[in-house]
Amino acid sequence: MSEQRTFRVWRGDKDGGEFATYETKVDPGMVVLDVIHRIQAEQANDLAVRWNCKAGKCGSCSMEINGKPRLSCMTRMNVFAPGETITLQPVKTFPLIRDLVTDVSWNYEQNQRVRPFKPKPRGADGKMRMYQEDVDRVQEFRKCIECYLCQNVCHVLRDRDGKAAFTGPRFLLRLASLEMHPLDDDDRIPEIKDEFGSGMCNITKCCTDVCPEHIKITDNAIIPLKERVVDRYYDPLKKLFRVFTGSK
Amino acid sequence: MDVNEIQTIEHDVVVIGAGGAGLRAAIECSAQGMNTGLIMKSLLGKAHTVMAEGGMAAALGNADSRDHWKIHFRDTMRGGKFLNVWRMAELHAREAPDRVNELEEWGAVFDRTKDGLINQRNFGGHRYPRLAHVGDRTGLELIRTLQDHGIHQGIHTHMECTALELLKDGDKIAGVAAYWRDTGRFVLLKCKAVILATGGAGKAWRVTSNSWEYTGDGLAMAYDAGAELMDVEFTQFHPTGMVWPLSVRGILVTEGVRGDGGILKNSEGKRFMFDYIPERFAPETADSEEEAARWLEGAEGARRPPELLTRDVVARAITAEVKAGRGSPHGGAFLDIASRRPAEFIKRKLPSMYHQFMELAEVDITKEPMEVGPTLHYFMGGIRVDAESQQTRVPGLFACGECAAGLHGANRLGGNSLSDLIVFGQRAGMGATEYVRANPGSVAPDHDAVKEAFRRATAPLNRESGESPYALHDELQDTMGANVGIVRVEEELKKGIDDVAAIQKRAETVKAHGSSQYNPGWNQALSLRSLLVSAEAVARAALMRQESRGAHTRLDYEGERDEWLDYNVVIRKSKDGSMDVEKVKRPEPDAELKRIALSELEPLEEEVTAERAKTREVADV
Ligand SMILES: Cc1cc2nc3c(=O)[nH]c(=O)nc-3n(C[C@H](O)[C@H](O)[C@H](O)COP(=O)(O)OP(=O)(O)OC[C@H]3O[C@@H](n4cnc5c(N)ncnc54)[C@H](O)[C@@H]3O)c2cc1C
Ligand code: SF4
Ligand code: SF4
Ligand code: FES
Repeated sequence: MSEQRTFRVWRGDKDGGEFATYETKVDPGMVVLDVIHRIQAEQANDLAVRWNCKAGKCGSCSMEINGKPRLSCMTRMNVFAPGETITLQPVKTFPLIRDLVTDVSWNYEQNQRVRPFKPKPRGADGKMRMYQEDVDRVQEFRKCIECYLCQNVCHVLRDRDGKAAFTGPRFLLRLASLEMHPLDDDDRIPEIKDEFGSGMCNITKCCTDVCPEHIKITDNAIIPLKERVVDRYYDPLKKLFRVFTGSK
Repeated sequence: MDVNEIQTIEHDVVVIGAGGAGLRAAIECSAQGMNTGLIMKSLLGKAHTVMAEGGMAAALGNADSRDHWKIHFRDTMRGGKFLNVWRMAELHAREAPDRVNELEEWGAVFDRTKDGLINQRNFGGHRYPRLAHVGDRTGLELIRTLQDHGIHQGIHTHMECTALELLKDGDKIAGVAAYWRDTGRFVLLKCKAVILATGGAGKAWRVTSNSWEYTGDGLAMAYDAGAELMDVEFTQFHPTGMVWPLSVRGILVTEGVRGDGGILKNSEGKRFMFDYIPERFAPETADSEEEAARWLEGAEGARRPPELLTRDVVARAITAEVKAGRGSPHGGAFLDIASRRPAEFIKRKLPSMYHQFMELAEVDITKEPMEVGPTLHYFMGGIRVDAESQQTRVPGLFACGECAAGLHGANRLGGNSLSDLIVFGQRAGMGATEYVRANPGSVAPDHDAVKEAFRRATAPLNRESGESPYALHDELQDTMGANVGIVRVEEELKKGIDDVAAIQKRAETVKAHGSSQYNPGWNQALSLRSLLVSAEAVARAALMRQESRGAHTRLDYEGERDEWLDYNVVIRKSKDGSMDVEKVKRPEPDAELKRIALSELEPLEEEVTAERAKTREVADV
């Protein structure tokens, strides 16, 4: 059973814009991205939206849906109340290109700053050995699809100068995936503290709440990194720190 | 338009496409000291490769030490119904293990065996558990590994930069005409060699696992530049795409579900695949549910369940069941893993499938069966290349990955694509490097051609009025689905060709509304041409091949015909611009390769065991 529904979609570019209202038919099972495509095909050919996989795997289609940062391809229309108007906006933390598309190149610059994996030499038999239980955590981090929703909600990055001092949850996660890699032979702790600003995070966990991959960014990646920093630099304070964060 | 005012960037090599193949090629070029540009329609890390689920095939022998490149080679040839380019299938099987191991050195974290090595899983058509994997997100692991390694190799990446046409100086490649998606501005990339790694053209069909990027741009650009297309009649329909809800129809359900024990049933609850075992595979396939169950437990001597037959066989079986009125409520078959494996196992081994069904269809696959049906998934055919260097017949033009033809013949085995990307990506990188070194003279793209390319691209925006590019795309999908689908017949194919020609005519006057800035309507208008070239090529090749082989099924020419085994269908652009389709004789295969491919399994297994013992002796001395 299809129904007619109302959408408010942000239209504009860096010089300004406004919400446009579209009425369109919604069929059962549709996700928000399907609706955008329908509007695009039938009413607004040039409506800009970024997407690729339509299956929650590529992290291209992030936007704010009724104020919540989400993947539009994984947001089913039946999560909204009947008759509710649905508002679609670009994510706020990155500069607007057009309509629902933002310029996320800052994130690529952050990734560029992370030094690559440095493998330990292979074993005598020429093999690289790692055990499943030792890589479970790293694999959790590597599920990241780079949707940058966590970057978008992090209040440190939203603050005016935040981006200069803090790399954001996505890249602390990436650093953690290297730092905890059983075969990485690099010492990353000093730069995690000094260059990537691990101390700036104050553990609000907003990033974890929005992660579509359900990665426990704060608990499993950021807090352990902070602990490693503390171990290295402020050992006497370590105990106190743990009391504050409630971590083990 | 003054060509001198167009932004110009110079590289030695431009790689078009940043999936697994393009990234691996760019890494190689860069490592060889080439100034390398890498352009892509989307952002880095978002190419189709990211969606691959099940794994990449390589005879590492970690999960079963009996595996060997010769067995992988034999499986690939048989899966491809012997139409594969022999040498490519050999190189692929020999080199895949090294390429996979190299990924580990670049930071990839595959699932592990008990001994701490890369784990491997079973997949259709592979004799042994052979697919290195990470749960069901192997493509993500591959692309992220290459991306994070590649960005430190000095590659110049240009994101959201779409290639329009290849430019030449005489007969040689000299550059690429492209545009930036965000601004719509044009850019001229000057270079000596181009590597195409643009993937397939699945978007010509509606029910497909492919994304908007799969419009066959590489195929069309190569064709226009004078290269040949080959084997494009072989379009793989993956047997298990989602069928419900409608808006997700076509989204892939990984073969890993069946590899890990999932079975197919019809509406009568019958496990129907036992009725569809082709003669050639009968000796290697279980003939009872009891034997299939033993295989799953890993019992020595038990043969593989029929659900793991090659994709063409399973896709046709599902289609036949639906036609016979035994389909699921939404016109597919039931894929059941819930009754075969504990919920914990399913969530651990197939996390994204669990997710995908839960969130998109509200189906809990640990409790209920999935509804699945065939979806257009992969182009076995594509640009015709030299096996060693991946060069086309145009000097300086190379192709690798899904857009290139040869490795997979008439049907691709699951997992053989990801390994294809890294094996032939690396080879294309080497090939292009050697070409650039051997051709030190400078080249310059012809000015008029540059102007013409950009004029053509702006035309849809400048027109006063015209048809909607979306509507034309829709019509193309209609006719391809109806006339050039999974089962083909002469009249329908002819109808398809006529329809495509009619749409081609109308596409010359499409109108894109709005400005050139991040305008999907305009982007869509520009990709119509590639879609149409690809669609026409598939339909014409399918009409020419009068037999049924692998993924190409002709109702009016049933069964494989021996005389067709000796031919490829090759397509090129003729002088007058029309599409030339030709039956081209295949070269004689190397005798040793032929022996291996045609050998019975057991003697071949004995042979490789003996070989292995010998190398061990040598090593011990
Ligand atoms: C859902 C799904 C699951 C799969 N699972 C598996 C699996 O488990 N195992 C396996 O082996 N295979 C699998 N495959 C197949 C495999 O993923 C693809 O065949 C393979 O990833 C193709 O890689 P590629 O490098 O050739 O191209 P892609 O990864 O598709 O990359 C193409 C690139 O070309 C760029 N491009 C295209 N046109 C242009 C242009 N005009 N200008 C600039 N850039 C352009 C795109 O932007 C993109 O960067 C799967 C496919 C799908 C869809
Ligand atoms: S937990 Fe830290 S990184 Fe995450 S949103 Fe809060 S401040 Fe940002
Ligand atoms: S960590 Fe999660 S939210 Fe952040 S970019 Fe990765 S997938 Fe997105
Ligand atoms: S389109 Fe890929 S995550 Fe939404």
